[in-house]
Amino acid sequence: MTGRPGPSPGDAVRFERVTVERGGRAVLHDVDTAFAAGRVTGLFGPSGSGKSTLIRSIAGVQSGVRGTVTVLGQRPGSMAARRELGYMTQSPSVYEDLTVAENVRYFAAIRGGEIGDVLERVQLSSYANQLVRNLSGGQRARVSLAAALVGGPRLLLLDEPTVGLDPLLRRDLWRLFGELAAEGSALLVSSHVLDEARHCDEVILLRDGRIVAQLSPAELSVRTGTEDLDEAFIRLIEPR
Amino acid sequence: MSQARTLATARRVLLQLRHDPRTVALMLLVPCVLETLLRLIYAHHRAAFDQAGAPLLAFFPLTTVFLVTSIALLRERVTGTLERLLTSPLGRLELLLGYALSFGLLAAVQAIVVCALTLGPLGLRVQGPVALLVVLAVCVALLGTGLGLLASAFASTEFQVVQFFPLIILPQLLLCGLLVARERMPSVLHAISDALPLSYAVDGMHQLSRQVGAGGAVSADIAIVLAFAVGALVLGAATLRRQTD
Repeated sequence: MTGRPGPSPGDAVRFERVTVERGGRAVLHDVDTAFAAGRVTGLFGPSGSGKSTLIRSIAGVQSGVRGTVTVLGQRPGSMAARRELGYMTQSPSVYEDLTVAENVRYFAAIRGGEIGDVLERVQLSSYANQLVRNLSGGQRARVSLAAALVGGPRLLLLDEPTVGLDPLLRRDLWRLFGELAAEGSALLVSSHVLDEARHCDEVILLRDGRIVAQLSPAELSVRTGTEDLDEAFIRLIEPR
Repeated sequence: MSQARTLATARRVLLQLRHDPRTVALMLLVPCVLETLLRLIYAHHRAAFDQAGAPLLAFFPLTTVFLVTSIALLRERVTGTLERLLTSPLGRLELLLGYALSFGLLAAVQAIVVCALTLGPLGLRVQGPVALLVVLAVCVALLGTGLGLLASAFASTEFQVVQFFPLIILPQLLLCGLLVARERMPSVLHAISDALPLSYAVDGMHQLSRQVGAGGAVSADIAIVLAFAVGALVLGAATLRRQTD
C-alpha cells in the first residue's frame, strides 16, 4: 500500500497495528507507520480523518489506543518520552491572562530549559510583554508554537501550526521547521492545506483513519501524474 | 517530585492573578463586607456576633478559594493548557501542589485581612490565641483548594463546576454546628457531620472564641482540617486522568 520500508532503529516514532476507538467508533484503523528524526514529516488529510487522534496517541494523552506506539524508544506518556516532547495542540493552548514571555518562561521552567531565542524564531520578540488575550489569532498560534519549541525537545508534534496565518508567515514557519529538522529534531506537522506538502521531506496521507500513502512530495507528483499537489491529493483520496 | 516545577506552577498561577486585580480585590473585600454586615445585623446582640463571627472566618476562605480553584483548573481543561501540561514533565501532584501553594498564599492574605478587620474595628471578642485563628483560617483555605481541584475533576463545563458549590459546600455549612449545635442534631446527622471537614474548622473557631486555654483542642482540629486538605489534593491528583477521549 505505502511502499515504505519496515521498522528501523532510527525511527523517532513507530506505530505497529494501532487502532484507536472513540465513543465505540474506530478513528484510527490498524495503522502501521514510522518517521525519523532530522526530517519534516507532514501529516495530511481531510478534517475528521484522524490527524489529531494520531498526534494525541504519540503525545500519550489519547485513551482507547490498541497496538504499540513507540516514542524515541519509550512508551507514550512516560516521563522519559515527556522530557523529549514538544506538543502544540490544534487550538492555541496558552494562558491568555499571561504575557507572551511569562507563558514561554513557564513552559521552559517545567521542562527545565531556558527561553533562549525561541521568541525570535517565532517572530514575537516585540510582543514579549503583551498579554496573550490582546493578541491576534495568528500571534496566539505562534505563542503556542513557542511554548512547544522552548527547551529544545527532540520530538515536535505540531497540530495545524500554520492554520489561519498569512502566506508570508506560513513560509517563514515552514522554513523554521526545516531548520529544526536540520538541527536533528523529529517533526510531525499536520495540515489540511494540501499545498503545504511541498515543504515536507515526507508526507503521510490519512483518510478515514487509514494511511493512504506515505511518500515524498516528488514521488507524490510522479505517482499521481500531476504537479498540482491539491489535485494529486484529490486523486489519491477520492475513493475509486 | 520536583520542587522547581511545583514552584514554577505556583508562580505562574500567582502571575495570572496579578493580571486579574479585580478577582484579587473581590476575594479580599467580599469577606470583609460580609463580616461588617454581620456586625450590623447583630448591632444590639454583641454575644451573638461573637458566637457567629469566628466560625464565619473559617467559612469565607472555604467558599472563595473553592470557587476560584475549581474554575481555574476547569479553565485549564477547556483551553487545552492542561492537555499540554500532561504531555510535559510536570507531574499531576506537582500541578495540584502548585495550585495549593498559590491559592493558599492568597487565602492567607485574605484570612489576615478579614481577621484584622473583624478582631480590630468590628470588635469580635475571642478568648484563645489570635495566631491560631489565622492558622485555622489558612488551613481551611487549603482545604478549599483541595476540594475545588477535586470537584473540577468531575466537571467538564463551568455550569457543572459551579453546581458543585451547593453540593459540596452548603451541606457542610448546614451541618457544621453553626445553625444548630452538633450534639443536638439527630444522631445520623451528627455522624455525618463528624465526617465533614468544616465541622472541625467551626469547632476550632468556637473553642477559640469561648475558651482561654483552648490551644490543644484547636491544634487537633487544625490537624484534622489539614489532613482533609491533603487527602483532597491526593485524591484530586489520582482522579486527574492523563488520557482522555
